[in-house]
Amino acid sequence: MSLTEKEVRYVADLANLKLNPDELERMVADLGEILGHMDRLGEINTDDVAPMAQVLYEADISSTLRADVPRETLGNQAALANAPLSGSGYFKVPLVIERS
Amino acid sequence: MEVAAPEAIAKYEPVIGLEVHVQLATQTKIFCGCPTSFGAPPNTNVCPVCLGLPGALPVLAREAVELAMKAALALNCTINPSSQFARKNYFYPDLPKGYQISQFDRPLAEHGYLDINVDGAKKRIGVTRVHMEDDAGKSVHDGFKDSDQYSYVDLNRCGMPLIEIVSEPDMRSADEAHAYLTEIKQVLQFVESSTCDMEKGHLRCDANVSVRLRGAEKFGTRAEVKNLNSFRFLKAAVDYEIARQVAIVEAGGVILLETRLYNSDTGVTIGMRSKEQAHDYRYFPEPDLVPLRIGDEWRSRVKASMPEVPSAKRARFMGSYGLREYDAQVLTLTRPMSDYYEQVVDASGDPKTAANWVMGDLAGALKAAGKEIEESPVSAAHLGELVKLMGKGDISGKLAKEIFPKMFATGEPASVIMEREGLRQISDSSALEKIVDDVIAANPKQAEQYRNGKTTVLGFFVGQVMKASRGQANPATLNEIIQRKLS
Repeated sequence: MSLTEKEVRYVADLANLKLNPDELERMVADLGEILGHMDRLGEINTDDVAPMAQVLYEADISSTLRADVPRETLGNQAALANAPLSGSGYFKVPLVIERS
Repeated sequence: MEVAAPEAIAKYEPVIGLEVHVQLATQTKIFCGCPTSFGAPPNTNVCPVCLGLPGALPVLAREAVELAMKAALALNCTINPSSQFARKNYFYPDLPKGYQISQFDRPLAEHGYLDINVDGAKKRIGVTRVHMEDDAGKSVHDGFKDSDQYSYVDLNRCGMPLIEIVSEPDMRSADEAHAYLTEIKQVLQFVESSTCDMEKGHLRCDANVSVRLRGAEKFGTRAEVKNLNSFRFLKAAVDYEIARQVAIVEAGGVILLETRLYNSDTGVTIGMRSKEQAHDYRYFPEPDLVPLRIGDEWRSRVKASMPEVPSAKRARFMGSYGLREYDAQVLTLTRPMSDYYEQVVDASGDPKTAANWVMGDLAGALKAAGKEIEESPVSAAHLGELVKLMGKGDISGKLAKEIFPKMFATGEPASVIMEREGLRQISDSSALEKIVDDVIAANPKQAEQYRNGKTTVLGFFVGQVMKASRGQANPATLNEIIQRKLS
């Protein structure tokens, strides 16, 4: 399976990525190869296998859940430590007008 | 924006479905151990997981699952033995992970319903699905001196445990939507899945609204109205949206499939200019969480721990206690109210008198004192005792009404107050007969009238004896004694 340039541009746009023409060309090839590999996996007969999202499928339920007990938080200072911009305890970001 | 006249609106049938987001009443966030406490200073209840720091992994809280199960069961849903979390990808500053962990093609529960009552007519609203997800943070757009340049982001709300309840497009008026949301709130409060505190944003609602000519089969194109964070706004926004859409259709226009924001200041909905791609969320299974498996044993245990839902309680209050529908509704408005009432019934054995006191004297006193029923100075056991004393004829209704305010003021049981104030019902007939004799002797004219056939003066004598006995005469025996003495 291969991707068109248009598809790669659409996916890049969704991921907030700006690709220059060289990168675009390379991504069309790279992503096409990855999908080609997926096609190979598709050749395996999985008729008797239930679809699964990950391999930890048979883990005991109790080992994947947490008790509802509060834990120490990071605190404000540590939380904001790597923020490019902060103030009054908040992260500061360029103006956001609307959301969907 | 133009809205249609009522005559035009009457030709159309609105079709409404609601998406309700409810915050579960856990101690910790859904995927990390940060506390869910409300009102903490910004960005303090946060950790690497809810901040979306690289490498941090989510772990689901068992309690969140159980509260979601209770909600789903209360909404008559089937709980899926295996459900799957999925990533909903989009970019926004209050979503540090870059995706919301939600459920997509395999939700927690499906195929439920909720019965509502509008103007005495019962109607069943389908519940399509209930799924679990995490909340996003909060953006603050004004209030800071550089708010014209920056948005402020608080991530305390990030990772708060939510369920989303999606209804079928079964509602046909703003009133039905209002009744449905009211019932959801009541049911979830009863099973204690959520406090549903709207002021804290624990219950939020989006409405899908479309209109079609009455009798038409095909649904019109819907608009999704967001930001309906109060019952009043829901009703106003839905009514506005219906009028707006009818005006467009009547003018030969086309309704756009879009998201609209309700502005509570202006009372109108405004279309949000959103890029087409914003709706491509690229859902895929969350690789950091295993499927949520809920076996028979777990489901049965949660089911067994479920309290009675309000509709069942109302039916029982009417059936077993013989209450009127209105009374049953009032007494099941909140869980604390119905719990209190039932304790009074248990202590008194008299459901109807108990209902009258809880809705009457108690409700009045609480209102005057600005207190909730949970804070009532008169415990349910004490009120039950008072009702029981009346039932046994130990005290008259009049005396009870005199004692109750004292119970409310002091928190003491009726027996203690009666003892201290020497308030006791006089049932002893010799004591009563003496008072009756005195009263008759003091009112010869009225006694004469009675003997001449004017039996209505009996009430006068009862009143006089009550007054003379400071309300302590037993009214049941009193009537008999006066009649005997007068004839």
